[in-house]
Amino acid sequence: MNMEMQTAAAPGAPNTAIQGRAKVVVRKLDFFYGESKALKNINIDLAERSVTAFIGPSGCGKSTLLRVLNRMYDLYPGQRAVGEVLLDGENILSPKVDVNLLRARVGMVFQKPTPFPMSIYDNIAFGIRLYENLPKSEMDGRVETALKGAALWGEVKDKLDASGLSLSGGQQQRLCIARSVAIKPEVILFDEPCSALDPISTAKIEELIDELKEKYTIAIVTHNMQQAGRVSDYTAFMYLGELIEFGETTRMFTSPVEQRTQDYITGRFG
Amino acid sequence: MNPIYVSRRRTDAIIRLLCLAAAGIGLLWLALILFSLLWNGLGGLNLAVFTEMTPPPGSTTGGLANAIAGSLILTTIGVAIGAPLGLLAGTWLAEYGRHDRLATVIRFINDILLSAPSIIIGLFIYGLIVVPMGGFSGLAGALALAVIVIPVVVRTTENMLTLVPNTLREASSALGMPRSLVIRRIAYRAARAGIITGVLLATARVAGETAPLLFTALSNQFWSLDITTTMANLPVTINNFVQSPYAYWKQLAWAGALIITFAVLALNIAARVIGGERTTR
Amino acid sequence: MEHTVKSFDKDLEALGRRIAEMGGIAEKMISDATDALAGLDIDLARATIALDPRLDALQREVEENAILTIARRQPLAVDLREIVGAIRVAGDLERVGDLAKNIAKRAIKIGAEHHLERATIGLRHMQEIASLQMKDVLDAYAARDVERAQAVWKRDVDLDLLDDSVFRDLLTFMMEDPRNISFCTHLLFCSKNFERIGDHATNIAETVFYIVTGATMPTERPRPSSTPPAA
Repeated sequence: MNMEMQTAAAPGAPNTAIQGRAKVVVRKLDFFYGESKALKNINIDLAERSVTAFIGPSGCGKSTLLRVLNRMYDLYPGQRAVGEVLLDGENILSPKVDVNLLRARVGMVFQKPTPFPMSIYDNIAFGIRLYENLPKSEMDGRVETALKGAALWGEVKDKLDASGLSLSGGQQQRLCIARSVAIKPEVILFDEPCSALDPISTAKIEELIDELKEKYTIAIVTHNMQQAGRVSDYTAFMYLGELIEFGETTRMFTSPVEQRTQDYITGRFG
Repeated sequence: MNPIYVSRRRTDAIIRLLCLAAAGIGLLWLALILFSLLWNGLGGLNLAVFTEMTPPPGSTTGGLANAIAGSLILTTIGVAIGAPLGLLAGTWLAEYGRHDRLATVIRFINDILLSAPSIIIGLFIYGLIVVPMGGFSGLAGALALAVIVIPVVVRTTENMLTLVPNTLREASSALGMPRSLVIRRIAYRAARAGIITGVLLATARVAGETAPLLFTALSNQFWSLDITTTMANLPVTINNFVQSPYAYWKQLAWAGALIITFAVLALNIAARVIGGERTTR
Repeated sequence: MEHTVKSFDKDLEALGRRIAEMGGIAEKMISDATDALAGLDIDLARATIALDPRLDALQREVEENAILTIARRQPLAVDLREIVGAIRVAGDLERVGDLAKNIAKRAIKIGAEHHLERATIGLRHMQEIASLQMKDVLDAYAARDVERAQAVWKRDVDLDLLDDSVFRDLLTFMMEDPRNISFCTHLLFCSKNFERIGDHATNIAETVFYIVTGATMPTERPRPSSTPPAA
């Protein structure tokens, strides 16, 4: 580390403090819930095959930002995003974009595990069948690969017909990750994936995220600062709908530049 | 001891006693009804009730076979028409129109319909079907029952779908699932037990309806499966027989009432069992 | 701003208090050891040595508490730097105590030797600078004052230069009269000790800089050879 410290980007200026290729590029993004502005001029790059963590107090807009990246907000009337979100150079906010195909490329794992009310096998196969017609044997292989990829195969291989709801919370969450991974996305969004899990399950998910970044671009929202520090390569601190500071996690957690970042991550927030 | 605490305990005891008394009175009437039904009905219950036709006035033989069959047909057709319509309307309210103003209006009207006196519905069908068609018919009766089924199913379907956590819909959408598929494959599956319960309860409700059938299906003394003409059914038959001076008719009326009551009870228990599955799973 | 969890602030304050106590002891040990050396005061030398265990105990306490705080609170950013800094400063002060103790021990040994009054003048001067450095850097630590820490850091070169000149003087004394050799050799070691105390002061200065800014000192520390001789 040298004396030359990164200063926060000037308001509105693109924040390009990443190494390697930017998989997702957000420019001048504003977001509205009806009349109220929830995101203000967000500029950020998500580096390919790395983990970007979003931290900040409740209501700072970090989950909102995540839900823009797969246009989840489209489900609700009155919510709209203005600006540019480029996925491999293509603006996904454009009305021409097919949201279902977009969501196949940008998977999402939620705060609460959300297994479908069907068997473990079908939880995985269901998503695959949306896009591919596979013979049974091939489907079996895909399901197995997905479950192995989520480090769940060993625990469920003898009860693939059991309901997905019969699994423990941690297993359910890994099932959801397997389900996302099964349809071969490029980006995976994690919205507080461990907030409902015990420490051991949390550790398993974190280990999984570490493995997944070999293949995927990952964004994670978390309230757990230590978790952000453990799993991410880059950290973005948001406050009141603004991106306050963005940079490499190692720097953000040892010597953040912005006072507000410092106050937040050290537990001094008013 | 603290005087405030003492008075609170006394109030608690009084309120609890009042609640118990209210529940007891309610249950007492229910027990009396069931008891008188069994007392009067069991005697008249025999094989002939299920095999023989409704008797002419003064006869001392005969049964309720045509009325039972008619009730089954009317209820089946009524539910077969009403349940899908209610299901679709409820789905729209819960899934598509949740934030729509129109939905608020529809929900309000549906609630009015839900509590509308069933005789009004009978009159409505009378004006709409019976008069233009030139006569009473089983079809008109089934339609009247369908109109009663619809609001019940709309309500339960909407409520059950609303109970499906939004995160499940979001998770499905996050896989790139189109809206219609999310509803059919995920939301329905999650709400299945509740929706089936709703349909069963609606069935139980219409199985015992008399008023809407008086102006529509009327009644028929003979065996008939033709829905374009008058059709025998248990509620109207009971209504007619119980007012008659003939002892045997009265006895049949009690037996019919017993049959309906136990059919409704069976449906309610079935609804409970299916509805219970959801919570235990 | 204070932490939302008040006891976290208390933990950090407790660390700071212990460091302050260590600083006081270390400073006293340096000046007492030198007085003992100059005045051949064996009692004072023994008293100085007797202070060292307290310094060692405090250092262990700082380490233990720092580790506990890390385990309990998972500190980040400035808090993490504070705690790591406290461990480092405590380590430096403990070493300073050892060096002062070493001087005191030599004061006891020298007592029997042939004595040369003027040979201790340079050392006295070194002690004054080393003590000043320690005082300044501890003040800088207490106030989290980067500029003051940097000043200490830069001033260390004076001590290095003085060390060189004391070395030359002592060599001259030894050549003048071989009876001085034993005495002056002890003094040579003492001179080296002062120089090392100065190094620990610069270490602490670097730690202060790290705690406040999160960065390490920008450039290599100026060496005597690369700077013009002090006036």
